[in-house]
Amino acid sequence: MTTSTTGGPPAADLDERRAGTSTARFVAGKAGGALASLVFVMVLGFLLFRMIPGDPVATMTRDRPTSPEQLAQLRERLGVDEPLWRQFLDYALGLLSGDLGTSYLYNRPVATMIGERLWPTVLLVGTATVLAVALGMWLGIRAAWKRDSAFDRVHTGVALTLWSVPQFWLGLLLLIATQGLFPSRGMRSPDLPEGFLAQTLDVAWHLTLPCVTLLAVIYAQYMLVMRSSLLEEMGSEYLTTARAKGLRDDLVRRRHAVPNALLPAVTLVFLQFGMVVSGTVTVEAVFSWPGLGLLTYDALRGPDLPLLQGVFVVLAGSVIVMNLLAELLYRVLDPRVRAA
Amino acid sequence: MGFSRLRRARAALAVLAVPLLVAAPLSPPAQAQSGTVLRVALVQEIDHLNPFTASFASSTMIGRFAWEFLTLPSAEDATPTGGVAESWNTSPDKLTWTFTIREGMTWSDGEPVTAKDAAFTFNRIMSDPKAAEANGSYVENFERVTAPDLRTLVVEIKKPQASMTALDVPIVPEHIWSGIDDMADPKTDSVDVVGVGSGPFLISEYRPNEIVTLKANRHYWRGAPQIDELQFVKFENADAAVAALRNGEVDFVNRLTQAQFDSLKGEDGIETNQASGRRYRELLMNPGAENIEGQAIGDGHPALRDVRVRRAIAKAIDPQVLVDKVLGGYGELPGGLVPPIYSDFHYTPPAGKRYTFDPAAAGRELDAAGYRKGPDGVRAGPDGRKLEFRLTARSSEDYGLRASDYIAGWLGDIGITVTKNLVSDNEVDETTSSGHYDLALSGWGTNPDPDYILGKQTCASLPAASGSSSSNAFFCDAAYDDLYARQAAELDKDKRAELVRQAQARYYEQAPSLVLDYDNVLEAYRSDRFTGFVRQPNGEGQIMEQTGYWGFYGVRPVEGGAGGDTGLPAGAWVAIGAGALLLLVGGGTALARRRTPAEDRE
Repeated sequence: MTTSTTGGPPAADLDERRAGTSTARFVAGKAGGALASLVFVMVLGFLLFRMIPGDPVATMTRDRPTSPEQLAQLRERLGVDEPLWRQFLDYALGLLSGDLGTSYLYNRPVATMIGERLWPTVLLVGTATVLAVALGMWLGIRAAWKRDSAFDRVHTGVALTLWSVPQFWLGLLLLIATQGLFPSRGMRSPDLPEGFLAQTLDVAWHLTLPCVTLLAVIYAQYMLVMRSSLLEEMGSEYLTTARAKGLRDDLVRRRHAVPNALLPAVTLVFLQFGMVVSGTVTVEAVFSWPGLGLLTYDALRGPDLPLLQGVFVVLAGSVIVMNLLAELLYRVLDPRVRAA
Repeated sequence: MGFSRLRRARAALAVLAVPLLVAAPLSPPAQAQSGTVLRVALVQEIDHLNPFTASFASSTMIGRFAWEFLTLPSAEDATPTGGVAESWNTSPDKLTWTFTIREGMTWSDGEPVTAKDAAFTFNRIMSDPKAAEANGSYVENFERVTAPDLRTLVVEIKKPQASMTALDVPIVPEHIWSGIDDMADPKTDSVDVVGVGSGPFLISEYRPNEIVTLKANRHYWRGAPQIDELQFVKFENADAAVAALRNGEVDFVNRLTQAQFDSLKGEDGIETNQASGRRYRELLMNPGAENIEGQAIGDGHPALRDVRVRRAIAKAIDPQVLVDKVLGGYGELPGGLVPPIYSDFHYTPPAGKRYTFDPAAAGRELDAAGYRKGPDGVRAGPDGRKLEFRLTARSSEDYGLRASDYIAGWLGDIGITVTKNLVSDNEVDETTSSGHYDLALSGWGTNPDPDYILGKQTCASLPAASGSSSSNAFFCDAAYDDLYARQAAELDKDKRAELVRQAQARYYEQAPSLVLDYDNVLEAYRSDRFTGFVRQPNGEGQIMEQTGYWGFYGVRPVEGGAGGDTGLPAGAWVAIGAGALLLLVGGGTALARRRTPAEDRE
């Protein structure tokens, strides 16, 4: 906290109080903004998916002989023929009471379906993101420090190449190249092994390929951001000072340069964490990973409107919440933001 | 600084631990289990297991293994054979059907299978709209269903119906299902409810979006299957399923593309099955869409209402090229709506009536009909409107992309401009079912009994004033309707087949749509592990997704084949060990390098 140099304790007190209210105002403002975005998302989620062409009833009955009466009955049960404002009212009221509706195709509560799919996605994308951040930053720091070295050139090249590779292609390639060393689908074996440890290892075994695929494609962004922001810091005079104190190069980098260069990377990490929940449709589709990305993809084929709306609200909501968290955390991380 | 050092070391360790956990399962994840398991890759969704609500093809396929039908199409030639019913007869007025229930059949929980179970199943569908969701169309013509005694089922119907021996309705146990009030309750998909069956396999585990496991029914009336378990494993990606077949992770894959099928041909230990299919592909030609009240709907080009234009189009298209070039030879040349696999009912147009590829003749016929070429080479009708058609097709499908190119080219040659309109599956369904198309590529699956597919082309199937129909060609023709009605009521097999062919001939001649081909079904399986797959019909049909359970019922493990072994291959352990070692060494080095400078801090 700032301390006053001119006045006594009362002035400091005042300052503190002012800072307190400004923090509260800041938090309230950001939260209000996030709330407004959520409402917007809610309305958009409803309207957007009604623009998709297609008749869910036709999809549901595609494989079975169906009479016109049956179709009419189904329409009535699902409420697809109700006026739009009615449907919206049902949807909005349901949402306010925490009810995301019932899936057309599967006739199960949307919230339950999303709940089932949430943790596989968080596991997959979360693990891949953590690894990508760690790997990307580590490589980025070293690449920047030894700019134009062989290490820098090779790693920047490799990262950029992988970054531009389509995920599904890389996934399939890995699948074929590993020749059955790793399972080609899903999160668990068809026959579940006994015991918690064995099951955990089973999941880890299944996680390897999708996780490596995702990691390979996304680590480049962390590496390049870290590299460039460290390069910016490298000319700074405080580094010269640090060296003049006789610090080893490693320490100069770790204790002085990197902390200052970290901010853009942290921003990126948080923005990406919002996306963690939304998963990754392509990787999930290649490896039949039962996550939210896949659920969205399946719902689109219906179109299963309640499911789509539910997924959309949850995904958009998580991005908004993560952004809010990032903004709040920024104030803690960077004194300059606090002062502004 | 001690704290920070510790924290750093710990963080480095944590980062290291994650990939280790990922890459090195130290104990075998899936233990090899006793018994033989046939693993089948499932590339389609399952909506429900509850047979009253299960509509998707993969769901009904699984239901076929679990519950016996009253009667079902045979493996040999897909003609009706006994299931729960061992014999049946009709009253002279053809309005009462009496089925004799097989003696000694039991449910998997030991209760006997009786006529009461069958009566309950049909009555529930007739009285409960939620229970009618999947199979309602089969009981539409039912007046009353009763079980005067345990072995007699009497079905009274409103008007004669030839397809009474093709009721695709699983018979469920009354003592389980009578207690269920809400058919739409998700609990009805759970093993507690769907686990009691009478078919060759019984549903024993269901993990949505992952797997359905069925155990062999040791008391199945035809005799127990020779494998212990049948597993349907969900694959979202067909290429991944093919890779899994190669690796031996699964034993059976279907719905293969040409490229996938070709790549599996001649592979060691893998057998491929190129089967006659049950689907036809067609080119819809909007004959002037109307709803059931006779009001015009949609925006079809008026020239297509002229049957002469539709016939000319039919003559400008070369199905042989489509089969050879677009389907890679994996298809059969067209005739009527019923595919040649159902040879009794299939219609092959005689030489004089067949539309043979002849652009010059097509052009002459259009000239004679008053559609002459303008200065720009595009024909225009007597009303002056140019023959410019939209061709709607699925952008998701290789066939749609490539066939539309050929068709646009052929029609261009005879002076008809075609604009390709490649859109999503949903949009194709929506535009075609509401009549907003000129030409469209479509298709439909058929069943051993032709009643349903023919019924879709009658006036009665036109869409209601509100709402859309599901994929018909907006055909409404008195002569066709008459033939349809007569075949529906004809119980003599040969006479009915003749009427069915005549109805198709009428359809062919009026050409509201043109059948382009019948796709082959492409399947592959591990022949080094399993044998005895049964094709329906005999020798030419498919193994999976039959109208019956024959395909997997006859399967037996190959002597010495590794059926059911799910452990990790030895190579996997070597790779995992190597990976783990690499990570350990690499991680250790990194840690060590971090530690050293920490010793001499300022």
